[in-house]
Amino acid sequence: MRFEIILSGFGGQGVLFAGNLLALAGMYRGYQVSFLPVYGPEMRGGTCHCTVVISDKDIASPLVKEPGYLIILNLPSFLKFIPRLKKGGVALVNEDLVKRDEIENYEELTHHKRVIYVPFSSLAEEAGAPLALNLCALGAFNGLLKLFSEDVFVRALKEMLGKSKAHLFEANFRAYLKGIEAINKV
Amino acid sequence: MKDKRILVKGVEAIAFGALEGGCNCYFGYPITPQNEIPELMSVELPKRGGVFLQAESETSAINMVLGASAVGARVMTSSSSPGISLMSEGFSYLIALELPCVIVNVMRGGPGLGGIEASQGDYFQAVKAPGHGDGKFLVFAPYSCDEAYELTAKAFELADKYRNPVMILSDAILGQMKEPLTLKPLKIKRIKKDDWILNGAKDRPARVIKSLFLDSAELAERNRKLKKKYQMMEKEIRYEKIFEGNEDIIVVSFGSMARLCKEAVLNLREKGYPVGFFRPITLYPFPRFTLFKLAEASQRKKRFMVFELNCGQMVEDVASSICGRGDTYSVFYPPSILPFPEDIEKEIKKCLKYSNSPKV
Repeated sequence: MRFEIILSGFGGQGVLFAGNLLALAGMYRGYQVSFLPVYGPEMRGGTCHCTVVISDKDIASPLVKEPGYLIILNLPSFLKFIPRLKKGGVALVNEDLVKRDEIENYEELTHHKRVIYVPFSSLAEEAGAPLALNLCALGAFNGLLKLFSEDVFVRALKEMLGKSKAHLFEANFRAYLKGIEAINKV
Repeated sequence: MKDKRILVKGVEAIAFGALEGGCNCYFGYPITPQNEIPELMSVELPKRGGVFLQAESETSAINMVLGASAVGARVMTSSSSPGISLMSEGFSYLIALELPCVIVNVMRGGPGLGGIEASQGDYFQAVKAPGHGDGKFLVFAPYSCDEAYELTAKAFELADKYRNPVMILSDAILGQMKEPLTLKPLKIKRIKKDDWILNGAKDRPARVIKSLFLDSAELAERNRKLKKKYQMMEKEIRYEKIFEGNEDIIVVSFGSMARLCKEAVLNLREKGYPVGFFRPITLYPFPRFTLFKLAEASQRKKRFMVFELNCGQMVEDVASSICGRGDTYSVFYPPSILPFPEDIEKEIKKCLKYSNSPKV
């Protein structure tokens, strides 16, 4: 078993937080994991991505050329990473910021790839946590793959938030559940 | 009790290793991509009764290291390429004065200020000439968080054992990626230093630690003594190999680049390609003899492909180790262009194809 995931979005959308959280939950579940953030002078508003590998065997390379899964939160990320998605791979895409009809050669880009649209931004807003669209995306991802149980996820989320942000747990968790709910409807 | 498993960056694993190794003094100056080391040390050392001090520059940090070492502290500094260059005068004095310490270089792109991408461009500087004069470091190149933790802890023991600086040579990929680290207690020896440290001359004759020898015979003797010490360090040689004897190609690589290469080699071996893997863990002393033995393992001449994130440095050590018993190829990636394991596989296959074609 080996899952390779690239998460990408605007700086500030919580892509690195979500990637780190995903790896941590994977570790708590007992898997080998690696989390590689992009490394450069990134800033709020620019695009930002990270690579997560979750496996039941040792992980040699933390770098992945053709991931099996993508979590895409904005349009530039879609254009950048869809070509790298493995054939037969799955992309979870933020419907609010990526519009199909705004993309030239859409058919060609997504040939033999499964693209699932979920309105992460509006779902997060509905959950009363507009900033937690990253958690919404993770909910959709884990709802699809069922990699780890709710207990494991809650433990990882609490660890990530730490003491200083513990008050944000409820809102983040609500967004996560919204994501699961949405993917179950797809 | 089960050992604690935490998700950390490579640089944090280095800092945890230092604490496990008994580090009680840290001096440094911030630079990307290793700032998590001083950050963690600044929190942890005061709790343990140690000293954390952010110096006004790398030059003064390394001289603080020198002072702390002379009075017997287990001391460390960390920096990244340009900062390491600034420290190199101090390195030479530390070697000359036989003062133990641990120096961490999380390499970034160069020359000059370069960039903050991963690079292995400081290989030569680390293993050939960390400072002026005939001096050497013991150099470790970890490739995972667990290894970074263990080697950094061990580095403190070995620095004391040989009375010589030990360098941990890492890079921005290993430094910034996160993976699980098992925080297990390690057996790190405490070595007595009472017979040489400068701890006040009460009830004993005064001691002098110096590097100036104007008498040429005395200076030559000093250099011979240091040379002998470097030979003794060969006992510490470590490496990892995947090799059965009849491989045509051996991929040689160190640090985080070795992870990408290992993935490529394991994939190819699974498909039946005759490809082996060799990873030096100590870069100085270099595992020369083992490489030579690999080259001589069978009648067939082997090809050594050396993959590096620089313009080709370790390849020279590989070539001189195998003494013409095989062919050496440099596959190099200057900073900022990171190859994927697939790209490495392609390079290896290209080389295999070539070796099967008849020689003209």
